[in-house]
Amino acid sequence: MKAETAARTRPATRSDKNLLWRDIIKNRWLYIMLIPGVLYFVIFKYIPMYGITMAFQDYTPYKGILGSDWVGFKHFQRFFGEPQFWTLFRNTFLLAIYNMVFFFPLPIVLALMMNEVRRERFKRFVQTLVYVPHFVSWVVVVGVFYMLFTTEGGAINELLYSLTGQKVAFLLEPGWFRTMIVGQSIWKEVGWGTIIFLAALSGVDTQLYEAARMDGANRWRQTWHITLPAIRSTIIILLILRLGNFLDTGFEQIFLMLTPTNRDVGEVFDTYVYTKGLTQAQYSYSAAVGLFKSVVGLALVLGANTMAKKFGEEGVY
Amino acid sequence: MQQDKTWGNRIFDIVNHGLLLLIGIVTVIPFIYILAVSFTSPHEVAKGGFILFPKEFSLAAYRYIFSTDTLIRSLGVSIYITVIGTLLNLLFTSLMAYPLSRRYLRGRQPILLGVLFTMLFSGGMIPTYFVVKSLHLTDTLWSLMLPTAISAFNLIVLKNFFQAIPDELEDAAKIDGCNDVGVLFRIVLPLSMPAMATFSLFYAVAHWNSFFNAVIYINDSEKWPVQVWLREIVILAQSRIGDTSIEETEIQPLTIRMAVIVFSTIPIMLVYPFLQKHFAKGVMLGSVKG
Repeated sequence: MKAETAARTRPATRSDKNLLWRDIIKNRWLYIMLIPGVLYFVIFKYIPMYGITMAFQDYTPYKGILGSDWVGFKHFQRFFGEPQFWTLFRNTFLLAIYNMVFFFPLPIVLALMMNEVRRERFKRFVQTLVYVPHFVSWVVVVGVFYMLFTTEGGAINELLYSLTGQKVAFLLEPGWFRTMIVGQSIWKEVGWGTIIFLAALSGVDTQLYEAARMDGANRWRQTWHITLPAIRSTIIILLILRLGNFLDTGFEQIFLMLTPTNRDVGEVFDTYVYTKGLTQAQYSYSAAVGLFKSVVGLALVLGANTMAKKFGEEGVY
Repeated sequence: MQQDKTWGNRIFDIVNHGLLLLIGIVTVIPFIYILAVSFTSPHEVAKGGFILFPKEFSLAAYRYIFSTDTLIRSLGVSIYITVIGTLLNLLFTSLMAYPLSRRYLRGRQPILLGVLFTMLFSGGMIPTYFVVKSLHLTDTLWSLMLPTAISAFNLIVLKNFFQAIPDELEDAAKIDGCNDVGVLFRIVLPLSMPAMATFSLFYAVAHWNSFFNAVIYINDSEKWPVQVWLREIVILAQSRIGDTSIEETEIQPLTIRMAVIVFSTIPIMLVYPFLQKHFAKGVMLGSVKG
């Protein structure tokens, strides 16, 4: 093994080439094991990246990518010129902001609350309950919300009716759409989101708390001056990841929640790609929309990561 | 941190415990409600109100489910893709993760970079659809398993896990005449059981819950997994309510829709207690998972 390390640092010579061959033969099983995985990434990840070229063509399936006509930026121009573009932009953006403001802080608060519980059994009991929704599918989550909020005998509306004598069309009223989406995300993921913060909290040195109490700090002050700074970097990393996925507004969830009545507030880039591409067969156009989204997403990840590093945090990579 | 027994601290503890208990209960009440309604007679449901325990116990909704071919068949499809799909995931992921965990392997760095890049950028839905279609996978169950055979994230985590296993074990096994395949299956994998348990959990849950790939790739309703039927029966039916052009009979009664939700969730709820002890560990393996 030492010889190989040395070989890497010297410029390649003939004997090194022989060494390389010997190396490959010696480790042949390792290379054979790599084959299925590499094939997977090439076929299902990299060929689709090549397939993006259809965004610059008038793609028809029977001509294929090699035979279809090149049209340059035609589809992009159409997309940016469409009045729908701004609707999509607004919907995607607002949902992302709502999730950031109303959803993101909640797991932190919940983790801080759980962290104050000293009775292990009680803590585990609460955790068991709040983790459950994470494991059910979005179809189930949306289904459960539909069943609870429907005006046709849903429990929430029955309750509202007996209290106020009125029903609210939570599912049909476009004004309720974003509230519903954020509510579902909170119900499904808040408990699960606490795990990472609880883990970060368990690493805090208990002596710090003792010292703080000697100095007369109460629980609020201990939380503010010790606990929160201790999980600062975890919070920042998760914030970056969220920024990176800013445009991925929970595609399955929104796809499921879309109805003809709430399309104006609910349609986002992803669902638009599905509608135009797979239901209306405008392949090139929707591939162009998808590419636009991927590029903006990539820029967001890289930007957020650079920013985090500027603030002296480690960043994700 | 042991806190002083002052009044302020006591009140804080009581309020905190109370709030947490409330949050926990609010989280599971919808499930209890759905479960209760699914076991209640349609007659009682029609009277309305919030049911948390069925007064008139009835199995009618479940009898209906088990009398239909579609739902039973879809259950079979879901079980199939979950079991086979998860096995494929584990095999593919560990076969690739092991060579990548060997620091001396040439070409390891570019492959890892290639994998990382797929986490940042992707071809998107339409080009991927054409790849699956041109491989003639559409309308087969493979389209639900192969395109998700490896999760790049899990691959990297597993690679790091393998890397932490002492090299001396590998050397010893090789001296005893094992080749690399033998080292992986006889030494490394048995030592990685906690990680494998966690990954099989995550992969299996993803397969059981997946429905969008089936919506895209599978037209033949005989091959629909249970989540797709759930959407048909619960969500699409619901959004058709109020649409007068739809015949009343197409929309299933509330109890049946609730029972379908329960039916499609039962497997997860059954394994939940067994899996629970792995969660925290599994998430920490990944160190960060947003």
